[in-house]
Amino acid sequence: MNTDLVVSLIVSAIVYGTPLVLAGLGELLAERSGVLNLGVEGMMLMGAVTGFYASQQLGGPGWIVLIVAMVVAALAGGSMALIHAFLSITVRVNQIVSGLALTIFAGVIGLSTYAGQVWNIGGQHGLHQLNRVDLLGLGEVPIIGPILFDQDPFVYLSWGLVILVTWYLYRTRTGLYLRAVGEAPRSADAMGVNVTKYRYVHTIVGGALAGLGGAYFTLAIAPIWTAGLTAGVGWIAIALVIFAFWRPDVLVLGAYLFGALSSLGFTLQAYGVQMPSEIFSSLPYLMTIVVLAGASTTMARRRIGTPAALGVPYVREEG
Amino acid sequence: MNATIPAEPTDRTDAPLLEMRGITKRFAGVVANDGVDFDVQAGEVHSLFGENGAGKSTLMRVLYGFHRPDAGEIRMHGSPVTIGSPADAIRHGIGMIHQHFMLVNTLSVADNVALGLPSSRGPLTDPGRVSERIRELSETYHLRVDPNAVVWQLSVGERQRVEILKALYRNVALLILDEPTAVLTPQEVDDLIAVLRQMAQDGKGLVFISHKVREVLGLSTRITVLRHGHRVGTLPASAATRDILVEMMVGHALAPERAAVATGEALSDAAIVGLTPAAGQAPPAPAVATTPPRLVVRDLTVPGDRGTDAVRGLGLEVRGGEIVGIAGVSGNGQRELAEAISGVRRSTSGSIVLDGTELTGANPARARAVGLGYVPEERTRDGVVADFSVAENLLLVDSTAPAFSRLGFLRGREIRRHCQSLVEAFDIRTPSLDTPTRTLSGGNIQKLIMARELSREPRVLLVAQPTRGIDVAAARYIHERLREQRARGTAVLIVSEDLDEVMSLADRILVMYEGSVIGEARPDASTRAEIGLMMAGIRPDAANAAAAARATT
Repeated sequence: MNTDLVVSLIVSAIVYGTPLVLAGLGELLAERSGVLNLGVEGMMLMGAVTGFYASQQLGGPGWIVLIVAMVVAALAGGSMALIHAFLSITVRVNQIVSGLALTIFAGVIGLSTYAGQVWNIGGQHGLHQLNRVDLLGLGEVPIIGPILFDQDPFVYLSWGLVILVTWYLYRTRTGLYLRAVGEAPRSADAMGVNVTKYRYVHTIVGGALAGLGGAYFTLAIAPIWTAGLTAGVGWIAIALVIFAFWRPDVLVLGAYLFGALSSLGFTLQAYGVQMPSEIFSSLPYLMTIVVLAGASTTMARRRIGTPAALGVPYVREEG
Repeated sequence: MNATIPAEPTDRTDAPLLEMRGITKRFAGVVANDGVDFDVQAGEVHSLFGENGAGKSTLMRVLYGFHRPDAGEIRMHGSPVTIGSPADAIRHGIGMIHQHFMLVNTLSVADNVALGLPSSRGPLTDPGRVSERIRELSETYHLRVDPNAVVWQLSVGERQRVEILKALYRNVALLILDEPTAVLTPQEVDDLIAVLRQMAQDGKGLVFISHKVREVLGLSTRITVLRHGHRVGTLPASAATRDILVEMMVGHALAPERAAVATGEALSDAAIVGLTPAAGQAPPAPAVATTPPRLVVRDLTVPGDRGTDAVRGLGLEVRGGEIVGIAGVSGNGQRELAEAISGVRRSTSGSIVLDGTELTGANPARARAVGLGYVPEERTRDGVVADFSVAENLLLVDSTAPAFSRLGFLRGREIRRHCQSLVEAFDIRTPSLDTPTRTLSGGNIQKLIMARELSREPRVLLVAQPTRGIDVAAARYIHERLREQRARGTAVLIVSEDLDEVMSLADRILVMYEGSVIGEARPDASTRAEIGLMMAGIRPDAANAAAAARATT
């Protein structure tokens, strides 16, 4: 095995892992506040379709168009998450039902596909795409150049977000309150922390990140729209949060591992290895099952990670 | 702070720190507080006294913003205030130590204390500064706690100190303590009372919720008694006696020894002598020393939830016709021991033998089959299926008995007759056999579980926390039933965190500390203080030496 192959494996692992990092961080924030959001897949698809549409419609310099498209995608994901927040926090419907309903509502047979048809963007080739940026002119450095310094802005953004979220969770007051809200909402409430506000904000921000993760497919990986193009990445993101024990640093590594598995087929094909493509495309999903089973037994044994109030609506007057 | 107290200075001097007027709170039609008046002066300890369910906690949860009152007015320093959330209460300088501690178990002590407070570093946390301040307060008030410890590692007593530190850190003007002594050793209770006195001297107002007369009389400036959500009266502690308070609490005079049991007040040494079975309440315990033990536990080790061993090499024996009481501060392995004997938790080594039958590693069904009756600690979670009807719960463990089922189908009429007789025999107050069990009071649920277990005529009866959180009448009834079982020759093992209960029921007391039995005591031969020392981990020989040293000086 040569160095080129390894480097290109890592580079594509990062590319395919980036939507997972973004959506996973979003889900992590929501779950840390105690809200389980199973609508990630739907929110990603909405981000993908609205972001792509925006980039096709807007005029002006490419980089401005792309930034606006990213904002549009984040808003789309965020508004979907607002619906979930309202249903699960204020109305207190079952969070699993609400999240599943949103994914079905926005999914392959739902709103995102419909929007794609109405806007007629199905066959269009994208006018804009986020290209790699050679950071500090170090892109040509062997091995680490292509991995660290020659990525697209989305990747740099996701790295920044990982650092930001880690710092936020463990070093800031609001991060401390967030962890308290997800672990023991009644205690947090007793200390004057507004549980409802924390849950709303983090669920919505989480949805916005899922929207961005979806837009990465249509604005960076390949500038085209096809119905249901996320193909279950939203679900893997949810599994990833569990796998990472609700820690952003572990989440990045997990995301790139899944990214590597997703891209293994293409990369090996490019190097002339012959294998049925179905085997490679099923790898991430098989891996999800294996990892979840492993993570669950580890957690059951050591009782770590899971925010104690995850999925449980908070009612002040009870108990 | 000033902005939140808009009253004119003239008001401030003579108006009480807190006034609550006509507080009414209903839950789904049940009146928990009915026009209750209550006030607190700065520098006093005002106790709220009454039975479980009298409305003490509800009144204070209204004050702390957890419940919205249906009627009534709250004034602080003479001016009306609206308290819609705990955040409002905190703004008005109110702190509350809840019966179930309000701590985040996965966070450090310092993080728990800092929760909800501004930080010296703006948006960033400042654990260093917080820890330093916690150490200062710990010293001033003699509250030993490591600020960097994570809460789940702490003992119950330490957790309570964290709660008190939270209040001190916030410099509250009014501190509410809801049944703060329930989980402490007698020595820890003394330490707590010293801290509370010091806080009152510093000018803070304190509300002390309790149903224990001794503590209320020892600590209070004034006492307000609640019964069924009404205020019965308020009196200065100097005018109160045990008998007056108990009569106000239950609404009629009780015979002295009953009053003692009712309030957990059996405990002056003289009273204990008066309460031993010889005093006539229960039949005298049969001579048991000669009968072979029915339950034998040897070298038992049981893992706890966190992976460490909760029970460590524990041994005990219970003979037929005796009540053995396990005392100890909560969290010393009592729960895991009871669960291991009943078969719901696996032990890693040692043996459990019931009447010669090996039970080690047996499942609960087998433990029952060989004659174990088990009343678990979490009665609504582990003792009944809360959504099932009274009849269904009475039947639970017996549903396959031939009397109640034929070819797998339940025999409705037989079952109803059986259940009806149990409901009558055990005085279970329920509207009907079909009433969902969760709507019954704690006392009636406990009677239901006792009825189910005793109807099987167990050879060994294991009861965890027999009367925790249930009303006086039901508690008294359950105690009588347990004594009756002893008279029938059952080996009775009770596990209770209420030392008063253990002392009034048990023939022998085993004190558990860090997973093993640290010492044995007899209620007629040991004092509360001696047992308290064992509960704190001091071995009886060491305790005796200490007592002897005290006596000679």
